[in-house]
Amino acid sequence: MAQHAITLTINGEWEQVVVPSQMTLLQMLREKLARTGTKNGCMAGECGACTVLLNGEPVNSCMVLAVECDGMHIVTVEGLMQDGVLDPVQHTIIEHGGVQCGFCTPGILISARALIDRNPDPSEDEIREALVGNLCRCTGYLRIVDAVKDAAALSRQAATL
Amino acid sequence: MTIETDISHKIPHPIGDNVPRVDAREKVIGSALFADDLQFGPGLLYARIKRSTLPHAYIKRIDTSRARQLPGVKAVVTGEDYPGLIGLYLQDRYIFCRERVRYVGDPVAGVAAISEEIAEKALDLIEVEYEPLPGVFDPEFGASPEAPVLHPDLGQYEVANFIFPEPGSNISNHFRVRKGDVEAAWVQCDAIVEHKYRSISQSDVQVIAPYVGGGFGCKAGVSMEALAVAIAWKLRGRPVKLRLTREEEFYASFVRQGVVAHFKMGCDKDGRLLAMENKFFWDGGAYTEYGVNITRAAGYSSSGPYDVPNMKTDSYCVYTNHPVGGPMRGFGMPEMHAGLEQCIDELAYAIHMDPVQFRKINCIKTGSTLITGMTMHPTGLTECLVKAAEAIGWGRKDPPSAPNKRRGKGIALMWKAPAMPPNAGSSAKVALNEDGTVTVSVGGQEIGQGSFTIAAQIAAAALGVPVETVRVASPLDTNYSPYEWQTVASRLTWSMGNAVSAAARDARQQILEMVAKAWNEKPEDLDIIDGKVISYRSEESIPLKNIVIYGISLPNNEGWVGGPVLGRGTFMPTYVTGLDAETGQGPRAVVHYTVGAQAVEVEVDTDTGKVEVIRGVAAFDVGKAINPDMVKAQMEGGFVQGLSTALFESLQLKEGILQNPSFVDYRIATSADVPHNIQAIIVETPQDDGPWGARGIGEHAMVPTIPAIANAIYDAIGIRVGAPPYTSEKVYLAMLDAGLIEE
Repeated sequence: MAQHAITLTINGEWEQVVVPSQMTLLQMLREKLARTGTKNGCMAGECGACTVLLNGEPVNSCMVLAVECDGMHIVTVEGLMQDGVLDPVQHTIIEHGGVQCGFCTPGILISARALIDRNPDPSEDEIREALVGNLCRCTGYLRIVDAVKDAAALSRQAATL
Repeated sequence: MTIETDISHKIPHPIGDNVPRVDAREKVIGSALFADDLQFGPGLLYARIKRSTLPHAYIKRIDTSRARQLPGVKAVVTGEDYPGLIGLYLQDRYIFCRERVRYVGDPVAGVAAISEEIAEKALDLIEVEYEPLPGVFDPEFGASPEAPVLHPDLGQYEVANFIFPEPGSNISNHFRVRKGDVEAAWVQCDAIVEHKYRSISQSDVQVIAPYVGGGFGCKAGVSMEALAVAIAWKLRGRPVKLRLTREEEFYASFVRQGVVAHFKMGCDKDGRLLAMENKFFWDGGAYTEYGVNITRAAGYSSSGPYDVPNMKTDSYCVYTNHPVGGPMRGFGMPEMHAGLEQCIDELAYAIHMDPVQFRKINCIKTGSTLITGMTMHPTGLTECLVKAAEAIGWGRKDPPSAPNKRRGKGIALMWKAPAMPPNAGSSAKVALNEDGTVTVSVGGQEIGQGSFTIAAQIAAAALGVPVETVRVASPLDTNYSPYEWQTVASRLTWSMGNAVSAAARDARQQILEMVAKAWNEKPEDLDIIDGKVISYRSEESIPLKNIVIYGISLPNNEGWVGGPVLGRGTFMPTYVTGLDAETGQGPRAVVHYTVGAQAVEVEVDTDTGKVEVIRGVAAFDVGKAINPDMVKAQMEGGFVQGLSTALFESLQLKEGILQNPSFVDYRIATSADVPHNIQAIIVETPQDDGPWGARGIGEHAMVPTIPAIANAIYDAIGIRVGAPPYTSEKVYLAMLDAGLIEE
C-alpha cells in the first residue's frame, strides 16, 4: 500500500510522519506516535472520544485520514495545558466533579475548548448542543455543562487581562 | 460487628469532605492510561475473533489451513486447542466453541497476526460449516418443556452450591422464596393487581490493570479475556493485543438480561400489602457467567423494598440463543423494579390511596422481617421517600408548558444488596514513605466511581495524615496489589474501605507503639494528627517523616526502636448465611441493602408522543457519605443512565441477530437529553459493618428510574405504555390506541 510522508504540527510542534493511505488521524496519533491521550471509542464517528482540533475546528479524528492533515495544525488533549497551567476547561471540569472514568474527558475538553474559542459566552443550550457528539456514560452531563459555563467565564476574564 | 471509629472525633479527618478526585488531573491532561494505551513495542501482535453467524448450530467442520498460510499470521486457535469448560458460578462454556455454537457472536476461532488488517483478512479465510438447529429466543418459552435443550450436558457442569440448575431443561438456575401462605392471603385481599411485564431487552496469569473506562457490568467476569490468553498461549514471548470493535462490544460482551416478569400482589382496604406472587423468566443468553446470580439476587429481593407477610417467588434463569446475559448497572434490580413499582402504583390506585401514602405504609423499615427471614438493619427508606416526594412537589400539579403537552409526576422506591458470594473479601496495605507520605495499595479498581479517592480519604482519616499526602498505587498489578474479590456490586467503599481502614489503623498502632517506647509513654496517650505524632501527656510532637522509615534513636546511644512502617488490613463478611433451596429462608441473606427513592416530573407531547423529563429527584440512604460530592455525582449519573434506558435504549434482536449494534441505532442519552435539574439528596442511616457507617451507592442510582418515569407518564396521560423504552413512537401509538388522541 502506498505510503505518504506528511508534515504537520501536533500541539505546536512540527512532526514528519510516514503514513499509509488508509490510516486515520486517530490511528496515526495513537499507534504511530503513541499520543494516547486521544481515545478510540468507536472508530465510526459516533462517540466523540477521539475529538481533536484540526486547524482550530473540532473533528472526530477517526473520520479523518492522516494524509489529509499534511500541513495542518492538530491540537489534542495533551496540548491544552500550557507551561504546566491547566486550561480553564480542564480546571473547571475538575472543580465541578465532571470527571469519572475519564474516557470521554479528552474529547469533551477539546469540544469545549473549540466552543469557547468561537463563542466566548455560550448559553447553556449552546453548550449542550456543542457537546451533543460527545457521549458520556458516567456523569449525566450536568456537571460538565456547568464546568464549560465557568470555563467560558474564566477564559473571558483571562482575555481581558 | 462494629468497625472502630472512636478516633474520628479526636482528629481532623477528611471523612465527609468533598475531597477532589485523586485521578482527575491525569485524566484531564491526557496522561491517564487505559488498557489500549499501554505500549508493547514493535513485537506486538494483534488478535481478532471469528464469530458464529448463526444463533444455534452444530459445527460440522472448521478449516483454518488457508488462514494459517496467509503471510503475517502467527497463530490460529480453535476449540480443539482448549477442551476445558469455564464459567464463574456454572462452568458451561468453552473458550472457543466446540461441537456447537449458541449465539450470533459465539467465538469459533482466534487469529493473531502482525497487524489488525491481516488478522481480519485471516478470519475471512477460515471456513466454518454449520448445521443449523432450532433456536430459543424467548425465556418463558425456553423454560417450557417444548423448547429445544441448548445445554444437554447441564447435569455434568460444575456449579456453585447456591445455584440450582434443572438438567434436561434450559433452566440454569431456579431460585425460590416461600414465606407465609400466599393462597390463604389472596382471600383476605380487598384489591389484587396482576401484570406481566417484558422488561428491557437485553497464578499463572499476571494481570496489570490500568484505568478502566466506565464499567457498568459488561467488563466484570471473563468475557474477552480468556480469548486473548488462549491466543497468546500459542505465541510465548510475544505480546498479543485483542481489541473488540464497538460493534462486537454490543453482542460479544455481556448484555443486560431481558426478563419476562409476572407480578401478582394484593392488599386490604387500609392499604396493607398482604401477599405477593412473582415469577421471573430471565433471558440468560447462551451461557451464564453472572446470569444465574442475577436470578438469585432478583429472587431474594423479589418483594422490592416492601414488607410482605406472604410471599411466593420463582426466579428462573433460562438459556436462550441470545448474547450472553450478564451484569449491567443494577444487576437485575432495574428490570425487576420496572414492573414491580408500576404494580405498586396500580394497587394504590385500586384502593383509591395516594401512591406515596401506600408506600409509606408498606415500605421496609428498621427491624422489618424480609422475605428471606432476615431482619432489616437500620434503614432510612421512609426518609428517602418523604424527601423525594417533598422535593418534587408531590400532590401539586403544575400547568404544562404548552397546550399540546401534559404533565405528570411519578415516584418509585428501590433496594439492592451487593450480590456476591457470602465471603467476598478485601485487603489493603498502607505503607509510610521516607518523606512521610503514604502509599495505599488496593486490589479494587478505579472505574470512574471514585474508589481511589475514597481509599485515600479513609487511609488519611484512620491514620491521621492530610489526605493530600496519600497516594494510591496504580496501575493495579496482581504481582503486588493485595487481594480484592471483584470491583463489582458497588461494594468497594464498604468492603475495600473496611480493609483500608484496618490497614491504616494497623500502621497507626505500629507508629504509636514505636514512639511510646522511645518517649517512655503509653500508646493510649499518643495520637497522630495532621502527620505528626503528639502526646496528650507530655505535649511532645514529632513529624512522621522523621521516624516512619528509620525509626527513633534512643537516648545515650542505647540503640533504636521502630523501622519501616507497613500496615496491613483485611475484611471479609463472615455473617451471611445460606438460604434453604426450597424456601429461600435463612437468617441473613445478604450483608445489607442500600435503599432509595426517585421522583420525576415529565411532560408528554400529545402531538408527537415525546416524553421529556423536566426534573428529577434522587434520595438514597448511603449510611455515611465519605465524599458527598462524589455520592451526588453517582446519583446524577445514575439517574441519567436510568433515563436513557427508560426513553431510548433497546437491543433489538431478531431471531438472535442484533439489529442495532452501533451508537447511531442504539441511542444513549446525550447532553441535549438530560433535564436541567436533578436534585440529589443524601440520607445517612449508619451501616453497622461499614467504614464510618458507609454503604455502597453506584448501581443503585439507576434502579428506580424506569418505573418513576413510567408512573409519571401514567399520571400525565393515564396510560401504561408497556415495556420500555418509552420512545415517541411507542407513546404516540399508545395514545392513539387509548383514544386519547386522533390521527
